[in-house]
This record gives sequence, C-alpha cells and structure tokens, in this order.
Amino acid sequence: MGKQRPETANQIDRIWQVLDGVMDPEVPVVSVVDLGIVRDVEECKQGFNIIITPTYSGCPATLQIENDIAGALKAAGFGDAEIVTRLSPAWTSDWMSEKGRQALRTFGIAPPQKGSNVSKRALFGQDPLVRCPHCDSMETVQVSEFGSTACKALWKCKSCAEPFDYFKCI
Amino acid sequence: MDQIFTTALRFGDNAMVLGQRLTHWISRSPTIELDIAFGNLSLDLIGQANLFYELAGKLEGNGRSADDLAFLRDASEYYNVQLVEQPNGNFADTMMRQLLYVTYADLVFETMKTSPQKDLAAIAEKAQKEMIYHVRQAGEWVVRLGDGTDESHEKCQAALDNMWPWSHELFAYDDVDEAMVEQGVLPSAEHLKTQWLESLGEVFKRAGLIIRDDNWMPGGGRKGLHSEHLSYILEEMQVLPRTHPGAQW
Ligand SMILES: [Zn+2]
Repeated sequence: MGKQRPETANQIDRIWQVLDGVMDPEVPVVSVVDLGIVRDVEECKQGFNIIITPTYSGCPATLQIENDIAGALKAAGFGDAEIVTRLSPAWTSDWMSEKGRQALRTFGIAPPQKGSNVSKRALFGQDPLVRCPHCDSMETVQVSEFGSTACKALWKCKSCAEPFDYFKCI
Repeated sequence: MDQIFTTALRFGDNAMVLGQRLTHWISRSPTIELDIAFGNLSLDLIGQANLFYELAGKLEGNGRSADDLAFLRDASEYYNVQLVEQPNGNFADTMMRQLLYVTYADLVFETMKTSPQKDLAAIAEKAQKEMIYHVRQAGEWVVRLGDGTDESHEKCQAALDNMWPWSHELFAYDDVDEAMVEQGVLPSAEHLKTQWLESLGEVFKRAGLIIRDDNWMPGGGRKGLHSEHLSYILEEMQVLPRTHPGAQW
C-alpha cells in the first residue's frame, strides 16, 4: 500500500462503509450491515476483527457472506481483517435497519415486524398482520410458515392476488 | 469436560439424524409448500447439528471437525435418541415424531440457553428461536390431521401410538444428564416431562387424540444402541465422504 494509514476511528468508519456495500446473497438489495449480521468492528493486534452472527443456524449463505465480506475488505485494503463468528446474542430480525426494511419492501418482500418474540411463542398464536409489498393491502394470508429461504415465509395477497415472501420474525 | 462433550454430541446427533430423515420428504411431500417446509426444517436441524459438533470437536481437542463427527462415526458411536431415527412412515407419522421431538428440544433449550456453560448456552439460544417455529408447524399439522377426516384422524392416532414408546427415552436420564442438571444445562427429567406433557396435552386435546401407553419403553440410543434404521440412514449420508475421503467441491 505504501500510504500511511489514517487513525483507527477513521479506519473503522471506512470498514463499516465497505461492509455496507456487501449485499446479502439471497436478498441482494439489503447489505450485511442493514441485515444486522455485522455486529461489531474491533481493532485487534493484527488488524481488525469483523464480528458477524448467522441469521439461521443452517443458513447456507453464511459461508458466502464471509467470503464476500473478506473479498470486499481485501479490495479496500483491509486484507488483514479477520471475520469472527459470534452466536450470542442470537440474531433477531429486530436488528434489521429501517433502510434495510425499506429496501426489502421495494424489492417485493414484506419486511419483518418488530418485537420478534411476542406472538409466535404461543402454540396457536395468531399470524401477524402483514402488508402486501405490491399493493399495500392488509388483506393478506399466510400460505406456509416456511418459504424459499430459511428466513422467509410464503404469503398471498387477497386484494391483488399476488404471492409474496414475508421476511420472518425471529 | 467429557460430560459437556457427550451432551453436545447427543444433541448434535439428535438434530443430525432427524434433519437427515426429514430431507427424504423433499420432492415427495403432499404439497409443494410442504416440500419447501421440509427443506427448511432439515436445514435448521442440520445447522444446529453443525454448531453442536463444532463445539464437541473443540472440547475433545483431537482436531475432529464437525464434518468428521457427522460423516466418520458408525451407528454405535451415534448418541441420538431412537425416536429420531424412526422411519418417516406416512405424513402423520413424520409430523407426530416431529412434534414429540421438537417440543422436547424447545423445552431443553429453554434451560440450556441460560446455563453457565456459555458455548452450549449460545447454541441453545440460537436453536430455540428456530425450534419455536418447528413446534408450531408440527402442532398445527397434528391438529389438522387429528381433527380432520375420519381417515386422517385414524392415521394420526396410529402415528401417536407408533411413536409414543420411543418418547420415553427422552426422559431416561443417566449420570451425564444428572451432572448436566446440576450444572444448570438441562432441566430435571421430572420437570421436563411435566412441561412436555402439558404442551402436548393442549395439541392432543384440539386434535382429539389420546395417549395409549402400553409401558413398552425401548431406549439406549443415547448410549449408542440403535435400531437397524440408523445404519441405513448413516450409510446413505456418509457414502460420499467415506468413499472419497477429503473430497471438496
Ligand atoms: Zn397485494
């Protein structure tokens, strides 16, 4: 590189910027930062630790996300950054940013509701009220609690008759 | 440390074997939504197995990876309960087995996630969030089948009769489990069973099903004793890494 590195705080800001350009491979409009996967950026002896947490235990995108993050950081001159997976506290959809939620909606996926742990604890709890991302109708119904990826459920709009994905609360 | 290792392996094996079992429904489910659901349920369970295996490998300290533990152990070295290796049977059998197991796992993780054993607690905290969805899904199907047509009711009651004996092993605690109770990793068997029966009771009441216990209590899976089914599951699951050691793609 040759260039002198700016001070740590600036570097950490820069790393966050780089990470905000890394999109989730399954939802390519939401960055890993907006998704809440990146928990922290810490300075350590050999550089920086990027603390990440998986959305679901079996999320097959986890490895690709790590590779994408490492690649983006290397390209930005942070080749010594190390990715550290931390399980606790467990990821919750509440960590998704407002920007991320808006991007999901525009993409045609209904964003998760906040307050993730309230209703679904009940065995026969009510389904959440979900706004159709296509026509904004609240007349929607769940087709299946499990959708195209671990993080989504299948829903259908009764007003515009379109099916859509709902990003599950967890 | 050995006891934590054994506990991690047991829960890893439960999740691994059940996850592998459920994959067999993919492309054979009653509806495409269920096809997709089974893929997701399996993924959650296999992901949880991976986390438990990584921890077990770390605790053991012999350099065994999660893949080594999944693919290079024989049936006698697997410590899952025999419930999860029971054949899928019909859809009711599968959903009943699912309900009995995931209700138990959810309750176990409720205790484990607050235990002072931080690694197990972190996995349990993560896994429980997923299990809550599994419990709901299985409960809704058992009610739908039990409270459905005469035929679905009959099959669902038969599924309960078939799967029930295998559930006793969930509460057959040994020295390792008792040590885990003392350390706050597991709930006591008595407490666990009371809560489990309470949760199931609500489902069975709505489903119109009754528990017919004939006091047959098979078990031993958690010590490495298994029905012949497990060997077939493992053979299919392990054939590639056993045939081509170290294969990558
Ligand atoms: Zn609509």
